[in-house]
Amino acid sequence: MEYNEISTFSQTWGLVYLVVMFLGGVIYALWPKNKSKFDHAAQIPLEDD
Amino acid sequence: MTRETTAKAKMPLDGWVIAAALVIGTFYATLTAARTEDPVMSVHAYIFAGAFLLGIFGIIKAYFDNSESLTSQSADAPIEYDLKVIKAGVIASVFWGIVGFLAGDTIAFQLAYPDLNFDTSFINFGRLRPLHTSAVIFAFGGNVLLATSFYVVQRTCKARLPGVFSSWFVFWGYQLFIVIAATGYLMGATQGKEYAEPEWYTDIWLTIVWVVYLLVFLGTLWKRREPHIYVANWFYLAFIVTVAMLHIVNNLTVPVSWTSSKSYILFAGVQDALTQWWYGHNAVGFFLTAGFLAIMYYFVPKRANRPVYSYRLSIVHFWSLIFMYIWAGPHHLHYTALPDWAQTLGMTFSIMLWMPSWGGMINGLMTLSGAWDKLRTDPVLRMLVVSIAFYGMSTFEGPVMSIKAVNSLSHYTDWTVGHVHSGALGWVAYVSFGALYCLVPWLWNRTQLYSLKLVSYHFWISTFGILLYITSMWVSGILQGLMWRAYDDLGFLEYSFVETVEAMNPFYWIRAIGGAFFVIGSLIMAYNLWRTARGDVRTESRSLAPEAVPSPIAAE
Amino acid sequence: MIKHDVFEKNSIVLLIGILIVVSIGGLIEIAPLFFLESTIEKVKGMRPYSPLELAGRNIYIREGCYNCHSQMIRSLRDEVERYGPYSLAAESMYDHPFQWGSKRTGPDLARVGGKYSDEWHKEHMVNPRGIVPESVMPGYPFLLDTPLRFNDIKEHLEANRMVGVPYTDEMIDLAEEDLRAQVDPDGDTDGLLARYPKAQVRNFDDNAKVITEMDALIAYLQMLGTLVDFSAYKAEGPELR
Repeated sequence: MEYNEISTFSQTWGLVYLVVMFLGGVIYALWPKNKSKFDHAAQIPLEDD
Repeated sequence: MTRETTAKAKMPLDGWVIAAALVIGTFYATLTAARTEDPVMSVHAYIFAGAFLLGIFGIIKAYFDNSESLTSQSADAPIEYDLKVIKAGVIASVFWGIVGFLAGDTIAFQLAYPDLNFDTSFINFGRLRPLHTSAVIFAFGGNVLLATSFYVVQRTCKARLPGVFSSWFVFWGYQLFIVIAATGYLMGATQGKEYAEPEWYTDIWLTIVWVVYLLVFLGTLWKRREPHIYVANWFYLAFIVTVAMLHIVNNLTVPVSWTSSKSYILFAGVQDALTQWWYGHNAVGFFLTAGFLAIMYYFVPKRANRPVYSYRLSIVHFWSLIFMYIWAGPHHLHYTALPDWAQTLGMTFSIMLWMPSWGGMINGLMTLSGAWDKLRTDPVLRMLVVSIAFYGMSTFEGPVMSIKAVNSLSHYTDWTVGHVHSGALGWVAYVSFGALYCLVPWLWNRTQLYSLKLVSYHFWISTFGILLYITSMWVSGILQGLMWRAYDDLGFLEYSFVETVEAMNPFYWIRAIGGAFFVIGSLIMAYNLWRTARGDVRTESRSLAPEAVPSPIAAE
Repeated sequence: MIKHDVFEKNSIVLLIGILIVVSIGGLIEIAPLFFLESTIEKVKGMRPYSPLELAGRNIYIREGCYNCHSQMIRSLRDEVERYGPYSLAAESMYDHPFQWGSKRTGPDLARVGGKYSDEWHKEHMVNPRGIVPESVMPGYPFLLDTPLRFNDIKEHLEANRMVGVPYTDEMIDLAEEDLRAQVDPDGDTDGLLARYPKAQVRNFDDNAKVITEMDALIAYLQMLGTLVDFSAYKAEGPELR
């Protein structure tokens, strides 16, 4: 395996992978449908039983 | 509570499994003890055999005592949380914390005054230093994580830990791991890899304990009566799973024989170096960061009595943190024989790591928005908040030190030691202390701590100690780094190595004294927690508000 | 009621997600080191440790010397001038584990071999401040009195072979003889030197009666950084790193 092959691969597909991962996380967190779920979850530690 | 009508309790399944495993273990350990010619292995085989026997005895005793915990609960009854094992974890945390801090301060004094090594093998610096690092990280930090994770996962899932003996197996198995590792260091059994010193058989034991820990944790998640998995549990899960992966890969090893305590690591040289620092840095990332962020995400909202600032941010924080941390290891190997591309990759991700770290810090701090006044009245909350501030400071310093140009100066010097301790003392220990101050009144059913004033004393004394520690290490580290590369007018190196050693001495004293303040603070905490557990309350002036009564406004 | 099975799956989904995210980084970073041929330089002179050196290395590890001494000279001007040519990956290719270290409370030892006499090392280990007054190193006088345990040295070589060190059958069979031969300058050392070129044969601790841990440790220290022939090594070219 040559250094150049690997570095070309990582500098193209690696970048795509990083961006996709990042966008995936942000979209999941900001998706409007998830809001009520998250609002409820945030209250969990404060509930007493 | 148990009805008198219940007949003799049945032995739960996990009791059978663990007892059977312990019988096999006792047999194997005894056999090893009889066959080995290795003195270290001999001592350890006897400790293992003795501990396994005690475990079997404990299970049998619990069975014949027909203890109430053996009876299973009906599904509709209010949840009775499994709290005893958490109490044990809290006691163990305080105990190992003091042991670890004392060991650390001892080696700090050894560096300032080397005659304290006493020319012996057992307590020389080289053997005590791994004892210190393992005691604070794995014994103190590990027990804090065990105790808090068992508490948080039960509370946020509204479910009891699964099984009866499994959680106790995790607790006592983990203590056995600590004892084997620590006695091994003193006798010279070490793999020679930092933070992964325990030898092969200790590693195998820890792996078994860890798998059971994962199952107990997952089992609680599966039983939960709450639709969402609270974000603190995400961090705990990432900590448990990733540490398992790191531990197994970095400790792949071939023992000299089944009765020898010595083994040879599978990887060599440069590959071993990167594997080790992939492990080493992620021990920081997943043991000392992810695990303790879980504490932050539960205890800070709970103590401040308001939800976390942004739950969405906590999700982005989680994924970006675990994704980026895993790449950062090579920054420990700048300008070494590690290929340049790996160094650059490590540096890039380390710098990017600054963002998720600060996202988490902001999320923790801003949870207090609208309740900042509580910092004045509640020293426990103050400790938690200062821990987040230290987290922010050391996660800023870390990326800076990972830049190759800075690292060329800081690497191999005390600057690194100071950096680690601003994270370890300021962040990990403080967030742990905060959690312990919360947990003891909750677990022992006390309305408040014995003394909030003593918490305040603890806070100020140990903060003073930390400041002495990190400032002295900054100065000595940068000074030594500059002296190593100083040239005189004729173009020769200006200082011999030993001149740089001599220049360190005053800072070693300051550091050791700072450490002593930190130890004193932890002793004050131990006393305070002990009196709290006993149910004592110190009469104090009302300048400090009682912390157990949430204000009606904040509770909405 | 809540449908439990769905949420059970959720925690497993979370678990798998975590595993994927954390394994990719490590895999991409570490795996190429095993495949990229440029990672370890082609050099002349590297050989596995002689049995005595290996035993000494194990004492070095046992006493935690790596806590204060690095064995990795970085490619920085002052380090090269202070310690010698910067360390090559090839120089630790038989090191299980590596001992590059992370802290220099004491100096780097990657090329300490031959810099000081055996006598200096012995005295320095027994009483560091007797030789270097400013030193903060612990004293190790007990190494001088402790006979070296080497009845299982053969198994040590075998374990090393299992993890990839090219010990031959001959080296393993003669491990104990070779270990004894290296501390006996009056004996026959032809076989030892053929198997382990450049091995230094001396009575390192100046005590002919018994092979001590001090013998082994000094033998190890005296060979550090002495194997690679730097006159035959070309640092230029694209394969440098």
